[in-house]
Amino acid sequence: MTFEMFIQHALNSLTLGSLYALIAIGYTMVYGILRLINFAHSEIFMLGAYFVFWGVTLFALPWPVAIALSIAFTAGVGILVDRVAYRPLRDAPRISALISSIGVSFFLQNVAIVFFQAIPRAVYRPAWMENPMIVGAVRILPITLFVPVLSVLLMLALMYIVYRTKTGLGMRAISKDIETSYLMGVPVNRVIATTFGIGSSLAAASGIMWALRYPQLQPMMGTIPGFKAFIAAVFGGIGSIQGAVVGGITLGFIEIMTVAFFPDLAGYRDAFAFVLLIGVLLFKPTGLFGERAEDKV
Amino acid sequence: MNRQTTTLLNLSATAALGLFVWWAQTNLDGYFLQILNLIAVNIILALSLNLIYGFTGMFSLGHAGFMAIGAYVCSILILSPEQKDTLYILGGAFDWVQQAHAPFPMAVVAGGLVAALFGFIVGFPLLRLGDDYLGIATLGFAEIVRVVATNITGVTNGSLGLKGIPDHANLWWNAGWCLVTLYVIVRLLKSNTGNVLKAIRDNEIAAKAMGVDVFRYKLLSFTVGSFFAGIGGALLASLLTTIDPKMFLFTLTFNVLMIVVTGGLGSLTGSVLAGVGITVLLEWLRVVENPISIGSFQIAGIPGMRMVVFSLALIMIILFRREGLMGMREFSWARLAGQGGLSGKSGKKGGAAK
Repeated sequence: MTFEMFIQHALNSLTLGSLYALIAIGYTMVYGILRLINFAHSEIFMLGAYFVFWGVTLFALPWPVAIALSIAFTAGVGILVDRVAYRPLRDAPRISALISSIGVSFFLQNVAIVFFQAIPRAVYRPAWMENPMIVGAVRILPITLFVPVLSVLLMLALMYIVYRTKTGLGMRAISKDIETSYLMGVPVNRVIATTFGIGSSLAAASGIMWALRYPQLQPMMGTIPGFKAFIAAVFGGIGSIQGAVVGGITLGFIEIMTVAFFPDLAGYRDAFAFVLLIGVLLFKPTGLFGERAEDKV
Repeated sequence: MNRQTTTLLNLSATAALGLFVWWAQTNLDGYFLQILNLIAVNIILALSLNLIYGFTGMFSLGHAGFMAIGAYVCSILILSPEQKDTLYILGGAFDWVQQAHAPFPMAVVAGGLVAALFGFIVGFPLLRLGDDYLGIATLGFAEIVRVVATNITGVTNGSLGLKGIPDHANLWWNAGWCLVTLYVIVRLLKSNTGNVLKAIRDNEIAAKAMGVDVFRYKLLSFTVGSFFAGIGGALLASLLTTIDPKMFLFTLTFNVLMIVVTGGLGSLTGSVLAGVGITVLLEWLRVVENPISIGSFQIAGIPGMRMVVFSLALIMIILFRREGLMGMREFSWARLAGQGGLSGKSGKKGGAAK
């Protein structure tokens, strides 16, 4: 493998990894607070992508408006899902909420099939995104650079919210002990709703960038990235934002580099993440950053 | 109600079921027969998942994986070598796959056994995990099975799948296996082992403190559960006569989970009833997806609507009736006769629960 090829693969890994990281943050925040694997998160990702391309193609909105609206709508869907399907189950056994989230996931997926139809749709990217920059022998699509940079900015914003605002303080308090937080006057339900809102907007952002990077939309597009992002969150230590970021990027590198170095394994690409998951769960169930409790959201 | 009476009632219920199967085989058309067959297979799957989750408390989402294993093993064994010649067009089958051949009853059992073996091997590391982690890890296992099945073309014919599988699985076989599953699981749960399993479900730490070798019992329950999942998969393969890796997506596990939750976690009767109800409902909901024409009016079908209704129902059940149809209650003859008494104290359930 030439050096240029390697750089090319590394950039692709970084892009893919950042997208995983953005989804993983949503999983890790919800799990940190409610101890719930939010299966519906991957559908939120899918909806984010659909909303934007609907806005652009059907309503001829300018891109920035469509993106802003889509993120707002998706955040709304996330909050609604929590309100309708998870909040009534706060005191129920933990698995009930999990089954509910599986139900919501299938529901959203099939609603998408009903409204958007199951056929994959091509995504029309803005023209400036189609021209690759050529540096030496390396071809870089603008989106390849765009994604990691934007992801870093979003993560910094998130860090600010979690560690510097009152809502963030509430999130950290609830993740430590939800009952005591109630007693201390933390508006628990509002903070949880905010968490769903933030997690869903990040998933929407990821979904939009995913659709620009791999230009195709279909109602099932969220499932596999969703699973993988969840695995990234477990790998990084579920409940930890830094862990989700590191886990996502690591997973991106593992996937692309393994296929790059061992092309024979290309068909098994979707299984890598699950093998990694089982390995992590067996040898270090707390993940990379899982031990330091103060990192939890 | 004494033991003899219940045995007699069980036997007559089984005989009644036999009569019904005989009547159905001769009188019903293919479509209704197919629904009855699916009901039987779904009950087998639901019972096995209920054993794992409802009675032992292990949240497993790997059912589709075990079903896939059972389905592939059985199909490879009952396809004739000549059929395999024409079937494996992606580089041909491995020699041992090409040669492997067995009669249908043995092939089904083999499917179950291989699935059980995998359950045992996978259970070893995975069952140390708890709750949702176990769920996601078993889901991972099922996905790995699917990806591997897509890629080892010499065994599975890859994404093209296997076609023309001999359709030996008639209602006799399916209903028979359904009864066997019910019988074995009822016996298992009635025995002391069953009490231990329920103790583990209710409080694992307390069970451990009582000196129970929790891990061994969990592994036992998981292995038995995967055996019957494999049987279910094997019967399904012969029933549908065609399988491919896409069939064993998470959706399949979701359907089984739906039956178990609807029926009631920890109620075999519930699984049987919900198995019937949901299979019929799923067929009936197909109407929504197909175009309907009334006179000159055409109402377009809505693809996907079936699963929308279905998943909405699951959410509703979890939100408003978490214990499902039956809760943890079981059918018993004594209860039916109005003699009251503790459920499950007298008599196992026979085929009458169907």
